[in-house]
Amino acid sequence: MKNEIINILQQNARISNHALGEMLGISADEAAAEIKKLEDSGVIKGYSVILDDDLYDKSIVYATIELKVTPQRDCGFDDIAKTIMMYDEVESVSLMSSGAYDLAVEVKGSNLKDVAFFVSERLATIDGILSTSTHFILKKYKEKGIFIDGEDKDERGLG
Amino acid sequence: MIDYDKVLSDKIKKIKPSGIRKFFDIAGTMEGVISLGVGEPDFNTPWVIRKAAIQVLERRHIVYGPNKGLAPLRGAISDNIAKKHGITYDPDKEMIVTVGGSEAIDLAVRGLIDPGDEVLVVEPCFVCYAPLVELVGGVAVPVPTRLENNFKLTVDDLKDKVTERTKLLILPFPNNPTGAIMTKEDLEPIAEFLRGTDIIVLSDEIYSELTYGRKHFSIIELEGMRERTIYVNGFSKAYAMTGWRLGYVAAPEPIITQIAKIHQYGIMCSPFISQNAAVEALTSCDEEVKKMVAEYNVRRRYLVGEFNRLGLTCFNPEGAFYVFPCIKSTGLSSEEFCERLLYEEKVAAVPGSAFGDSGEGYIRISYAYSFKHLMEAMGRIEKFLKKLEAEKHEG
Repeated sequence: MKNEIINILQQNARISNHALGEMLGISADEAAAEIKKLEDSGVIKGYSVILDDDLYDKSIVYATIELKVTPQRDCGFDDIAKTIMMYDEVESVSLMSSGAYDLAVEVKGSNLKDVAFFVSERLATIDGILSTSTHFILKKYKEKGIFIDGEDKDERGLG
Repeated sequence: MIDYDKVLSDKIKKIKPSGIRKFFDIAGTMEGVISLGVGEPDFNTPWVIRKAAIQVLERRHIVYGPNKGLAPLRGAISDNIAKKHGITYDPDKEMIVTVGGSEAIDLAVRGLIDPGDEVLVVEPCFVCYAPLVELVGGVAVPVPTRLENNFKLTVDDLKDKVTERTKLLILPFPNNPTGAIMTKEDLEPIAEFLRGTDIIVLSDEIYSELTYGRKHFSIIELEGMRERTIYVNGFSKAYAMTGWRLGYVAAPEPIITQIAKIHQYGIMCSPFISQNAAVEALTSCDEEVKKMVAEYNVRRRYLVGEFNRLGLTCFNPEGAFYVFPCIKSTGLSSEEFCERLLYEEKVAAVPGSAFGDSGEGYIRISYAYSFKHLMEAMGRIEKFLKKLEAEKHEG
């Protein structure tokens, strides 16, 4: 049940309890209760919206920043990651296993300069950060399983 | 100037084009139509199968191969049938790999039917059976199934239609378009009746892997039925391999020996690349199939729930990927309903009447589509039904 609910919500988190219930073969109230359970237990952290920024606001800039970090005694990378994630400009923070760098940070800004300054003035200056490498994102094709550019064309005939 | 009407065969001119196509030709010319019409999976073929095909292209000569199909594939098919149904077919003598299940059906019909022979066609059903029977001069005798019986075939339906000329019974379950299935209990009385006759069963089990809640049961498992059944299956629906054109027929040796000649002269052999890849489907895709079935099941429940909520009685289909709601309450014929739904709300569905007279009063809705697509379509259908309701009150 849990996997089915999550699979459906990942495709459309705005689905009504009624429709979700029908899909799972339970009532709307039971569907609502199942979602609440997942929210309360912390499995579901929140719901967001996937935008085509070209249509919404062309000036928005995204960048992925690779950070090399000195791990700290007892807490490794956690402390620094938690510091970074408090910034509003930061969309995501992930610990990587590559060895080439440690943290991958996605940053959003209203223009190129904003992002560059945020990295050099706010991120690079944090104690323990050894180096940063900024990659601007030019175009998103797919996000969270949703196509942003290029609909998946239905080529099926009608046999 | 050639008078083409004179040069073309009378038999072929009499055959009507598929009723499924008609609507989609119209839909194809309109903007913004969403379709609920397709008869093939929306999933892509599992990657391991595609990878196997790529390896064949890279490493092998693409040759004809043996008439009856590649030996490793026939072996895998035989093992698969044995695993599912506990019935064994000799891969060398009792099996042909065909170009889709469609060719297998054609072979069976051509191999058995002489002019005037009667073929019982359980309806509503896929559109190919009656035309193929008519092409060989046979007579297709519809055996209607009904909503009251959950569109299952009953022995009473059958008995009435049998005559001295009856040679073949076409048994298409899980059924397209109704989604009905036949359980062991449903099949037993049919088998009991058939055992006292020389009627051969053409069991088209192309949707056998797509059942919800219980496993598919094949009539070949019942006593005395293997010897009187032509078993047809394929890769299209189960493994999302429609474009690979691959199916198979398994039957007693005397039948295969004869119909193999039709395949040999008409087709030669099934596509080499597809055959190699299909071995992978049978040996390592059980999990993939399970995943697809789970996804279809969620959509199925949604559509059944929605149609019933909207007042279009929809029986609970246990197989294939179609629901078959009843639209009689609207007062429209299924063709009128689909035509207005297409022109007024831009949703393309197939009228039940395209699948035989007994499909009148129903529409076929495919759920080989994403939730997003299905939810948008149901929103439009709801709007359409409200409009019909309002018209009724005005009238």
